[in-house]
Amino acid sequence: MLENFPLDQLSRIVAALALVFLAAIISRWQKLDLEKDILTASVRAFIQLIAIGYALTLIFAIDNPPAILFLLTVMTLIAGYTSGKRGRGVPHSGRVALMSISFGAALTLGLLVALGVFKFSAQQIIPIAGMVIGNSMNVCSLVMGRVRDEVNGRAPEIEAALALGATGRQASHPYLRAALHAGMTPIVDSTKTVGLIQLPGAMTGMILAGASPLEAVQLQIIVMYMLIGAAAFTGLAAVWLTYRQFFTANQQLVLPSL
Amino acid sequence: MTTPRFQVQNLSLERNGRPVLRNVNMMVAVGEIVCLLGPSGSGKSSLLRCLNRLTEPPPQTIFLNAQDITTIDVLALRRRVGMVFQKPALFPGTVADNIAYGPQLDGRTLTSDEIIELLTLADLPPDYAQRLTSELSGGEAQRVSIARTLSNHPDSLLLDEPTSALDPAARRHVRETIEKLRQELGLTVIWVTHYMEEVLEVADRVYLLLDGRIADEGDPEHLLGPESHHKTAEFAAGHLE
Repeated sequence: MLENFPLDQLSRIVAALALVFLAAIISRWQKLDLEKDILTASVRAFIQLIAIGYALTLIFAIDNPPAILFLLTVMTLIAGYTSGKRGRGVPHSGRVALMSISFGAALTLGLLVALGVFKFSAQQIIPIAGMVIGNSMNVCSLVMGRVRDEVNGRAPEIEAALALGATGRQASHPYLRAALHAGMTPIVDSTKTVGLIQLPGAMTGMILAGASPLEAVQLQIIVMYMLIGAAAFTGLAAVWLTYRQFFTANQQLVLPSL
Repeated sequence: MTTPRFQVQNLSLERNGRPVLRNVNMMVAVGEIVCLLGPSGSGKSSLLRCLNRLTEPPPQTIFLNAQDITTIDVLALRRRVGMVFQKPALFPGTVADNIAYGPQLDGRTLTSDEIIELLTLADLPPDYAQRLTSELSGGEAQRVSIARTLSNHPDSLLLDEPTSALDPAARRHVRETIEKLRQELGLTVIWVTHYMEEVLEVADRVYLLLDGRIADEGDPEHLLGPESHHKTAEFAAGHLE
């Protein structure tokens, strides 16, 4: 399959490598001690992306639903694992992250396909799923961290509410809103300024690949709308699943400090 | 013999594999004020938290009016057994919002007369209803938290060092408020404190906890009297820290 690799692109990659070497030289000159990291990261990016390029070529060639679903599952598992590790201090954070991201991504992608925005073909669904799952992963990490911080920081108020006869949900509700807000703000803000500050990746990619700017913006608008939806679905699931980890069935707050 | 308000029977509790309470037995009569004493980490707060199930006790170890508390709906139990914490932990908003919170959870809306009545019970002027909680002094905030707890019409109050963060004048005021409430409402009070003047002034009986066990129990004048050789007197003199 290697003969399929477009060699003219390879020479461009090698040329772009000059920038990495310059960055490494700056690091050495300024004693940043980052040269090794810069070079390792560049080699890793090269190997990972070439590998995913071949994997996608293969999957696009097969283009059958089980193969697509398999790849989506692998992507979701990696996102759940990564986000789960960020949720330190949240009991069962891995499970919470995996369930939240699965819910957010499945609902978003399901709606996009059901509404006829995208076809359930490998070439359309996999790049879109990459954006949705990646965005859901970030939202989930943000929300889990914020719920954890709010519950810990507001433990006295939460326990006061529990002692007055509130359920865990009632007692923590005012602070959960703040967590969901924090999770959704980045995508809402970047949607507000899209095109004004920077051209987003999908759009840039399409324009570089030769599409007309108007075609590119159409796709970008869909992408922004879908990411807002994914953030809301994932954020809501993450808030709901995370706060529950801090309460027992008998409406008791469970924190290491109590 | 009348049924005690609280009866604790052979209560043992562990946290992270470490014993916190060891075979605790305690009885509190209706309308009694019982003070729990003991050094930090002796299990006083853990015992108090078991009484309204903020910490779950094992079944058949705590009885409220002879009923095992683990068989009572936990939210109903907490409305009957109110709790005031060391920090008032008021919610953002007005004093009235805070006082109305408990009944609201139960689907009841308090009238402004009811709010004023609760403020009066907690020795606060009626015009405090519309004050923001962020504007209150420590003593005022603690009395609002008492009024907030009373809004559920509890028959018992658990007090977890409610005066320890207050200056002496505010402490005395809160103490007088609690005593008045016991007299006016017939509340049963279990009070964790480390102020001996508080114990001598308000307590009908005292339990001393050491390392999770009840080490002493009885009448405060007797336990803390000048000739006392009881552990409570040793604790009061600072020999048991």
